[in-house]
Amino acid sequence: MSIAAASNILEDLASRFGEGAVTPEPTLDSVPTFWTPKENVLEVLEFLKTGVEGPYRMLYDLTAIDERTRRKRQDQPGSDFTVVYHLLSFDRNEDLRIKVALKGESPSIPSATGVWSSANWYERELWDMFGVRADGHPNLRRILMPQSWEGHPLRKDHPARRTEMERYTLPLEKEVREETALRFVPREWGIYRTEGNGTEFMFLNMGPHHPGTHGIFRIILELDGEEIVNAFPDIGYHHRGAEKMGERQTWHTYIPYTDRIDYLAGPLNNFPYVLAVERLAGIEVPERARVARVMFAELFRIASHLVWYGTFAQDLGQLTPVFLTFNDRERAYSIIEAVSGFRMHPAWFRIGGVQSDLPKGWEKLVKDFIEYLPPRLMEYEKLVMDNAIVKARTRGIGTLTLDQAIDWGVTGPNLRACGIEWDFRKKRPYSGYDRFEFDIPTAGEGDSYARALVRVEEMRQSLRIIEQCLDNMPSGPYKSDHPLATPPRKERTMRDMETLIAILSVLGPVVPAGEAAVGTEAAKGNNTYYLVSDGDASSYRTRIRTPSFPHLQALPLMCKGFEIADHIAIMGSIDFVMGDVDR
Amino acid sequence: MQGIIASVLTIAFVLIALLTSSAALIWAERSLLALWQDRYGPNRVGPLGLFQPVADMIKIFTKDDWVPPFADRPVFVLAPAIIVITVLTAFAVMPFAPGVLVADMDIGVLFFLAMSSLSIYSVVLAGWSSNSKYALLGGLRGAAQMLSYEIFMGLSIMGVVLLAGSFNLNDIVEAQRNMWFFIPSSGLFIFFPAGLAETHRLPFDLPEAENELVAGYHTEYSGLKFGMFYIGEYLGVTLIASMITTLFLGGWLGPVLPPAVWFILKTGAVIVVFILLRASLPRPRFDQLMGFGWKAMLPLALINLLVTGGIILALTDAPVFPGGGNAEPL
Repeated sequence: MSIAAASNILEDLASRFGEGAVTPEPTLDSVPTFWTPKENVLEVLEFLKTGVEGPYRMLYDLTAIDERTRRKRQDQPGSDFTVVYHLLSFDRNEDLRIKVALKGESPSIPSATGVWSSANWYERELWDMFGVRADGHPNLRRILMPQSWEGHPLRKDHPARRTEMERYTLPLEKEVREETALRFVPREWGIYRTEGNGTEFMFLNMGPHHPGTHGIFRIILELDGEEIVNAFPDIGYHHRGAEKMGERQTWHTYIPYTDRIDYLAGPLNNFPYVLAVERLAGIEVPERARVARVMFAELFRIASHLVWYGTFAQDLGQLTPVFLTFNDRERAYSIIEAVSGFRMHPAWFRIGGVQSDLPKGWEKLVKDFIEYLPPRLMEYEKLVMDNAIVKARTRGIGTLTLDQAIDWGVTGPNLRACGIEWDFRKKRPYSGYDRFEFDIPTAGEGDSYARALVRVEEMRQSLRIIEQCLDNMPSGPYKSDHPLATPPRKERTMRDMETLIAILSVLGPVVPAGEAAVGTEAAKGNNTYYLVSDGDASSYRTRIRTPSFPHLQALPLMCKGFEIADHIAIMGSIDFVMGDVDR
Repeated sequence: MQGIIASVLTIAFVLIALLTSSAALIWAERSLLALWQDRYGPNRVGPLGLFQPVADMIKIFTKDDWVPPFADRPVFVLAPAIIVITVLTAFAVMPFAPGVLVADMDIGVLFFLAMSSLSIYSVVLAGWSSNSKYALLGGLRGAAQMLSYEIFMGLSIMGVVLLAGSFNLNDIVEAQRNMWFFIPSSGLFIFFPAGLAETHRLPFDLPEAENELVAGYHTEYSGLKFGMFYIGEYLGVTLIASMITTLFLGGWLGPVLPPAVWFILKTGAVIVVFILLRASLPRPRFDQLMGFGWKAMLPLALINLLVTGGIILALTDAPVFPGGGNAEPL
């Protein structure tokens, strides 16, 4: 992410589109950022995807910022809404941000669905949340909010609190209306099937309450017998407005909300958030906190993968593993509870460090766990992965090629199962991951079994990392001395007035204005928090790029032509959590 | 007159014993699964949770007896009764101990096959009358699965029939005095999976497949009608296990202990294997299950039949059928 590389891509763009076609913007996270006029944004994107050396092959994220109440915007062109494309190049190991300034109350951009398949849902989200239309989108309807919702929630003029809205009532006719709006009407999804000698396919509504969908997820399957002709996922039932809450909570009090995004691996969401805030505030985290964070994150990676392991087997009809793996997860939670006081959502990370020092005797707990788990994993290997029926059910099922995976924004274990070694812990080491010895497991087939193999091996690698944390835990403070570290260290509050005020009044620092995005390797894929600060006690815009959202978008592609039973196996193998999808 | 009273008493005894044992099976299955899955299982109601089935029964009896408005009412109500009736009727020919059986039929084996075939109607009609897509898919799966596994279930028994020279289950047990039939006839290894498929239990529970089809053919059922399916499943398990005992494991034969105890012990052991399979195996896909049936099990059943027949022919120069080959047509 060097400046040289940034100027390089600027030259490329200038030579292709002419001098001044794109305007660079300096950012705190040193991600090259360019402003492009709306007219030629598609060409710029197309060029970056295919035309440059070391192409940006993945549309990593696509979101917008409502700029209408923002005050501190140095070096930025004026706009009411800014659409932000976040691209990722595997060859360069670099990100790129393309920004488009939009004016007016009902702005629109040209749809990028022709360039990246994954743009589809992101553009629907853009419309739903900001009212930014994507011209030429195949099916531009709301994605997270109910179809009957009025307004666009992430606009600044949309209320953020219950008390700012009218009192909610649900009279009978409204209830009926809302329920009718949920009925699946093929034409609304752009399906007009008239061809094919009058054959009609059956639509099977699966979910939002279905034992196989892992949470409140709805998918409509178009079936020929039991074979899936097409599938239409419908999400948003788990939407809690996490991004909107980010604008309401202080920087500090938002941490527990991030725990609940991918609720099976809380600290893996805390991680990119606190890293991004620290980047904005310029906080250096002490060594002990860095290693403790890594240990915590890896414990939760194991906890999350254990849940996946059990439910994956459960989806294939195996009753027992889920009880065993949940049992093991409880043992990991005992450590987490001893350290943080909570089990599932510890909210232990703090801006500038962690909440408390590791308790006395934590070494023994961790040591017991890393001795306990490997034999159990061996047992599950025999029980699940080596089972002939499991293999028959998952091999060659739901195969993604590497190109498809990249086109659809797939990351994490699902991407590594397609044969690319791409892990932020190795590629962009954060929090000192570069000093740990571990391998990145990959598999080549890209099918459900390969995805499972990668995850199983990842648990062993996480154990290795935890063992190194145990052996090399540095001593020293667990929180930074920086005045913006929250809550400030007790000794400091007793000495200077500013920190005392900070702890007494809002429990929140005022983070300098700027923008930063930090991506980490979460349990399910790459997780990025893109924070915009306007120099306030809370964020101006919190964008959460979760891995499960694009994974779920690729589900119809994976399950076409397979059977209902395969569909369940595929859903089990991609390991999504609805909290992570809907936020 | 005395004969009638004796028969009525036997029937009553068998019915009560079966219903009690299938209730006890619910407890046994839950406890065993819990044991293998590192958890407690039922332990609240009574000592060791033994009265759990009673509590379940009370719950099921007092639940709202609801029929979905979109269902085909008469068929919907009839379907769960069929499975219980057919399975219980099939027990009529089962020799629990010498002399303890309801009907000593010469066509016992055929009667059993007929009754277990009829129980398909329960699944198919439930799936159809529910007027729900999940139930329909479950019913379709059930029909196809049971039809195909029926065929080699029948074929796998024929080896035993050859060995015993009779369709009468009592005669079949008597014929095992020297050697249990699972040794000369490997039909057990074909009959067992077929029985699993017949009772649609994991790993062959595709008509239910809760991860895929919610609850398959009985998705729309609740209360007592659901309870009938539930009991029907456990009765089915008991039936198949008793059948395995009778056909392959020497029935009530055994030293020292009374015959009825031997019968119960053997049947119990087979049921434990059923539960163990449920605890350990995943579920194959539908086409894999059918492929396994037609491509592996059917040829095996036929080969088994041929080999068994060949051995009998080679070892005995006497006529195979008792009665000197002049057996009357049935």
